[in-house]
Amino acid sequence: MGNTSSMLTQHDIEEVQEHCNNLFSQQEIVSLYERFCQLDKNHGGFISGDEFLTVPEFVVNPLSQRLLRMLDGLNFKDFVAFLAAFSSRATVHQKIEFIFKVYDLDGNGKVTFNDMLDVLRDLAGHFISEQQRKQVLMQVLVEAGYTENSLLVLDDFVKRLSYHSAHSVSLELS
Amino acid sequence: MPGLYSSNSEVDLDRHDYLHESSPEAHGKLLLHDLLDISPILSEAAGAIVDDSFTRCFKSNPPEPWNWNVYLFPLWCLGVLTRYVVLFPLRVVLLFAGWLIFLPSFSLVHFLLRKNDKLRRQLERYLVEFICSVFVASWTGVVKYHGPRPSMRPKQVFVANHTSMIDFIILEQMTAFAVIMQKHAGWVGLLQSTILESLGCIWFNRTEAKDREIVVKKMKEHVEGTDNNPLLVFPEGTCVNNEYTVMFKKTPFELDCTVCPIAIKYNKIFVDAFWNSKKQSFTNHLLRLMTSWAVVCDVWYLEPQTLKPGETPIQFAERVRDIIAVRAGIKKVPWNGYWKHERPNPKHSEQKQQGFAESVLRRLQER
Repeated sequence: MGNTSSMLTQHDIEEVQEHCNNLFSQQEIVSLYERFCQLDKNHGGFISGDEFLTVPEFVVNPLSQRLLRMLDGLNFKDFVAFLAAFSSRATVHQKIEFIFKVYDLDGNGKVTFNDMLDVLRDLAGHFISEQQRKQVLMQVLVEAGYTENSLLVLDDFVKRLSYHSAHSVSLELS
Repeated sequence: MPGLYSSNSEVDLDRHDYLHESSPEAHGKLLLHDLLDISPILSEAAGAIVDDSFTRCFKSNPPEPWNWNVYLFPLWCLGVLTRYVVLFPLRVVLLFAGWLIFLPSFSLVHFLLRKNDKLRRQLERYLVEFICSVFVASWTGVVKYHGPRPSMRPKQVFVANHTSMIDFIILEQMTAFAVIMQKHAGWVGLLQSTILESLGCIWFNRTEAKDREIVVKKMKEHVEGTDNNPLLVFPEGTCVNNEYTVMFKKTPFELDCTVCPIAIKYNKIFVDAFWNSKKQSFTNHLLRLMTSWAVVCDVWYLEPQTLKPGETPIQFAERVRDIIAVRAGIKKVPWNGYWKHERPNPKHSEQKQQGFAESVLRRLQER
């Protein structure tokens, strides 16, 4: 797929669709491509972190920095694959997998106490002190049968998040 | 409604009204999955990535091409020919003639009538209105004015939604306003420092922080004066695509005077008047207008508003923005127009963080 061309061929669309496991329809992929081109202002074939930061709605999101590390430099195919978890066709398991990836930024398949602390810090900002954050996390972990040194894997996430009704994992595009 | 409010930033008191309705208050003991389930926040982020109301404000929607068939294509070609080969040269000649009359007359009046200030200013006003009419004619502007014409009185300021610098010209041909404008470079800047200066226009520099205080002071002085031209402000601070309005700056609303709203709506069928200053220079923008069929728009002079008791300037600004948006049939978005030129302040995410933090701490106590 030409990085500099602004036209998608049928072949390109099918390639992208396959890459995202058919979680988007061809029409949706075309719309996403329009959006991709809109954000990729210097037409480099990928959206840089700075270009994402021109969207105020994204900047004010507490998890924007974390997501930027996953988004920076993605080409269109990977951009669609990234958003696939938000498709209405994605299964609960796929959605939970995405959430796991947000926690497990270094991609080693294990989420540590510190990873969870980092996310909690992003979410609550400076309104909860370091001390309180640790306390909160310890309390809920122990309650759930883990310890400070536990390393959570995807299965743990699946267990915890699908335990309550599937509605609770509401990962979708409005 | 309580919220974050600081006087030297543009954070809006009521802004969190626009943000997604806060998720239903979570109750009950805090469990692990409550912390792990970040899906609503991720959904919001993804929503913003896929489409956001801010970018929509500055998008020009190109019209659907309608001319691809045997009958229409030649007609369209004829149209293009007429516009570029017949209309455009005529308009250029008209514009040229207009300037030929205006420039000497203006210089004469400006220099010869130094002593007789009142007469000089009156003549200068007429001349500026004249040259603006010439400009409007050069794009075959068809402007319909509704409502009572502005009168010259102290303690009033006019505000309008902003689509292009031609807003100013369209309004100016009817009344010689004094405008607050960004100081430009090139021939526009030259015009600003010579002719517009005499109208009492005030310049600002977006990039200078201190500049704001100076401008506010000048504005206050201007509206106090009885003999000054009425002050016109575009509170959005930037050009928007005439389908949306962005947040109004509160400055014209805290001058302690009447605010007269003006709504401007362009008819897109003839030409899209939105000037995307990042994509084209003003000269190119004008050329595009001069090679279109016409610029058709409506201007509504709306009922003057004053600050209601107990209303803050920001609430006042929003109320007036409502009035303008409804009249012009455009949508409101809760974003600051300046973010087109600079990055938004991450401080704005603090509201969400605070809400989350409070909820967590509260639930921690529950058994």
